[in-house]
Amino acid sequence: MQERELRDLIEDVRRGELPRRSFIQRMVGLGLTAPMASMMLMHAGVAQAQVPPIPYKGTKRGGGGVLKLIWWQGAVHLNPHFAGGTKEQDATRVFYESLGGWDSEGNLIPMLAAEIPSRANGGLAADNRTVTWKLKRGVTWHDGQPFTADDVVFTAAYAGDPATATVTVATYKDLKVEKVDSHTVRVIYPKPTPYWAEAFTGSFGMILPKHVFEPYIGAKSRENPANVKPVGTGPYKFVDFKPGDMLRAEANPTYHVPNQPFFDALELKGGGDALSAARAVLQTGEFDFAWNLAVEDEILKRLEAGGKGKLVFLEGSDIEFISLNCSDPWNEVDGERGSIKSKHPAFQDKAVRDAMALLIDRKGVQDFIYGRGGIATSNFLNNPPRFRSPNTKYEFNIDKANQILEAAGWKKGGDGIRAKGNVKLKFVFQTSVSQPRQKTQAIVKDACTKAGIELELKSVTAAVFFGSDAANPDTYQKFWSDIQMYTTTMTQPDPQIFMEQFTTDQIAQKANKWASRNLVRWSNAEYDAAFKAAQGEFDPVKRAALFIRMNDLVVGDNHVIPLFARPRPRGYATKLVPALSAWDNDTWALGFWTRDA
Amino acid sequence: MFNYILRRLLIALPSLLGISLILFTVLALAPGDPFEELAQNPNVPPEVRMALRAQFGLDDPIWQRYFYWLVNMLRGDWGFSFVSRIDVDELVLQRLPVTIAVIGMSQVLALAVALPVGVLAAVKPYSWFDRIASTFAFIGFSLPTFFTGVLFILFFSIYLGWLPFVYRADLPETGWQWWWAQFRQSIMPIMVLGLFQAASWMRYVRSSVLDVVRLDYVTTARSKGLAERVVINKHVVRNALIPVVTLVALQMPAVFGGAIVTEQIFRIPGIGSLLIDAILRNDTPVIMAVTFVFAALVIVFNLIADILYGWLDPRISYR
Repeated sequence: MQERELRDLIEDVRRGELPRRSFIQRMVGLGLTAPMASMMLMHAGVAQAQVPPIPYKGTKRGGGGVLKLIWWQGAVHLNPHFAGGTKEQDATRVFYESLGGWDSEGNLIPMLAAEIPSRANGGLAADNRTVTWKLKRGVTWHDGQPFTADDVVFTAAYAGDPATATVTVATYKDLKVEKVDSHTVRVIYPKPTPYWAEAFTGSFGMILPKHVFEPYIGAKSRENPANVKPVGTGPYKFVDFKPGDMLRAEANPTYHVPNQPFFDALELKGGGDALSAARAVLQTGEFDFAWNLAVEDEILKRLEAGGKGKLVFLEGSDIEFISLNCSDPWNEVDGERGSIKSKHPAFQDKAVRDAMALLIDRKGVQDFIYGRGGIATSNFLNNPPRFRSPNTKYEFNIDKANQILEAAGWKKGGDGIRAKGNVKLKFVFQTSVSQPRQKTQAIVKDACTKAGIELELKSVTAAVFFGSDAANPDTYQKFWSDIQMYTTTMTQPDPQIFMEQFTTDQIAQKANKWASRNLVRWSNAEYDAAFKAAQGEFDPVKRAALFIRMNDLVVGDNHVIPLFARPRPRGYATKLVPALSAWDNDTWALGFWTRDA
Repeated sequence: MFNYILRRLLIALPSLLGISLILFTVLALAPGDPFEELAQNPNVPPEVRMALRAQFGLDDPIWQRYFYWLVNMLRGDWGFSFVSRIDVDELVLQRLPVTIAVIGMSQVLALAVALPVGVLAAVKPYSWFDRIASTFAFIGFSLPTFFTGVLFILFFSIYLGWLPFVYRADLPETGWQWWWAQFRQSIMPIMVLGLFQAASWMRYVRSSVLDVVRLDYVTTARSKGLAERVVINKHVVRNALIPVVTLVALQMPAVFGGAIVTEQIFRIPGIGSLLIDAILRNDTPVIMAVTFVFAALVIVFNLIADILYGWLDPRISYR
């Protein structure tokens, strides 16, 4: 889809001929994220007026009893800017709020902001570098202090200080944040930034109270008692916390949203395993809500049959995919295996890659292994099957694979394995130890054998495979095998960081201790140019077209073969009415949760 | 006696040092990285991870890190957890009460079952009672706790719906209700652990009593006309207890170490679950602290067992 067509679509939305929702769904189908699509509309001056409010059934504060949540991995601290994973982010979001959060449609919903900045309200300057946030008035911290612009300015300084060692440092370190008045802040990016809403929104944007954190900025950050005793602005305030086990909170009587929260208290239990967490919600009803139920779909369906709880699959952007190594993992060049100077003997032939893509029975694997937890896809960026991109498609066809290989001169030898010259189609296929992955490996191997390709299956313990130990030869970062399979996650609504992983600059190699992210070592000049253009392109429509192009380039080359979108299952008690989002933390809108009588 | 204890404690020092060295080296050589989660999160640039590694001293050579750990440990500073950045001693102390309560109760239960059943079975060997008790004992210690635990949950919590299977350390109830809730949530893990332990201890008690009951002095005591109760309690059991004391004493560190699998199944926030979480997250300081405390306790309880021998059997002297 080209820039022109995108513009026409946006024009249709403006005129009211195309519902906002359909537009966003189409963009998602093209491999964009919903928040990005919504930002395109905002930029074009299509206001968020059509954004429906989050439904809330409560009529008064409190009276709802205790809300019991179970996370099968417990949070170990409660500082949002130390939180690398969702478990800590979710737990801290109970107490802390961001200026805005992302709903499932990708709309930015104001939380601590009075309104979302836009061209129309003067929040977004014409230079594409300056964003002015108006803050909500009358908000108090749990200890009674007022929430002001100083807190926002401080949060950026705290998180952006490398000595504090936050995980959000990259977002804030080059940012200039100024206080305009007591309830207005101006955010200035070092250069024109198309995706201006990264700071202060969502899971990376939780605002900290200056008066509590100021004495502990920098190297002393670890000693702050507030790392385990949070003081926030959220719907629930802190009661007690045992790291890795139990978090207790009670309703905040001075919460800034009227009639919220519905529940009197909240408990978040951590630890155990996913299956018994699913049982506690779906079978015994001891808990109201469970996070990330990574359990085989067949079992979940059985538990759900009891009728006590339901499952919801949030379509985020986790993608399970196969990489075909671009470099030669078996022979050293300049003392390095998988050197970027080498070429993979077989995969440098596009015919072999195309054949490999045809030999993966995505539909079969989805039906028999992943169920609702893995939806076959042909796009690298998230793609629900209803809105499949017209540019790419997937197919399972052994005959066609055979034909392609035959035509390219790969002839079957006496042992049934195809070869050309002295290169044989014999590959090592590695992944982490996990039942569905080993089953998938076996299915791929079976199809490959029929096409004259021999696969040797290898599975590495997850701790080693995903560990970043530079001395271990079996990590996914080194990728010292021909083929590997794993899931990659896009937690941020903007795809820029995500798509960076296929740029030439990001190729993982010895020189950078394999710490960068282009593990397949794919390099494409057109892709690099498109990425560079997208980085500096602040017209969101042009930018979107660039990302779509990048997606098509990666997928079209077949070094990277997307398999499944992996929606994350959450379980909840039948009577609970949660407010969830695929683009933000599970607890992002906890104030809106209610329970039917 | 005092000299003996002092000598034993002095011998314990080098062994503790050796243990800590081995533990530290193995952990340092093991694969994994506490910041693995960050490595997998594309929004966190690799520099953040590198900076954290450097800040927490993970890039220093192993001997330097060990030395640093040892000096701090001697000063009473246990270090801090890499993943939560909380002091390790605080984490351990938080988990200790629950572990002692649940595991301690299960050991008490195990003793309360194993001692009388073992003695009775040995006094009348190959009677119906002995046969039934032995059969149950064999079943008991052949079934691993992770199996019985899940079985209990499926039956009592899910099929019957009587008991909760998620343990909570801070019950909201007060007074009698608190005790009742505590009983309901602890009964399954205590039974699972206690009966498993009781099964093997019962066999030990039985065989040890069987050995003693045949000795001449017991026959003498009986021919003196002493009541059977007195013979068994005063003369047989007391002597038969010596090997059992060793077993129980060596088991005591487990009370502090927790029961890793059972704690995980019932979500008991004890030391065992702290340890397994720390291992899964490669949180070296926590693993180090818990395993080291465990090693120290094994040594201490060995000593206590040796001292108890003397009390049970005055013929054993300490030089």
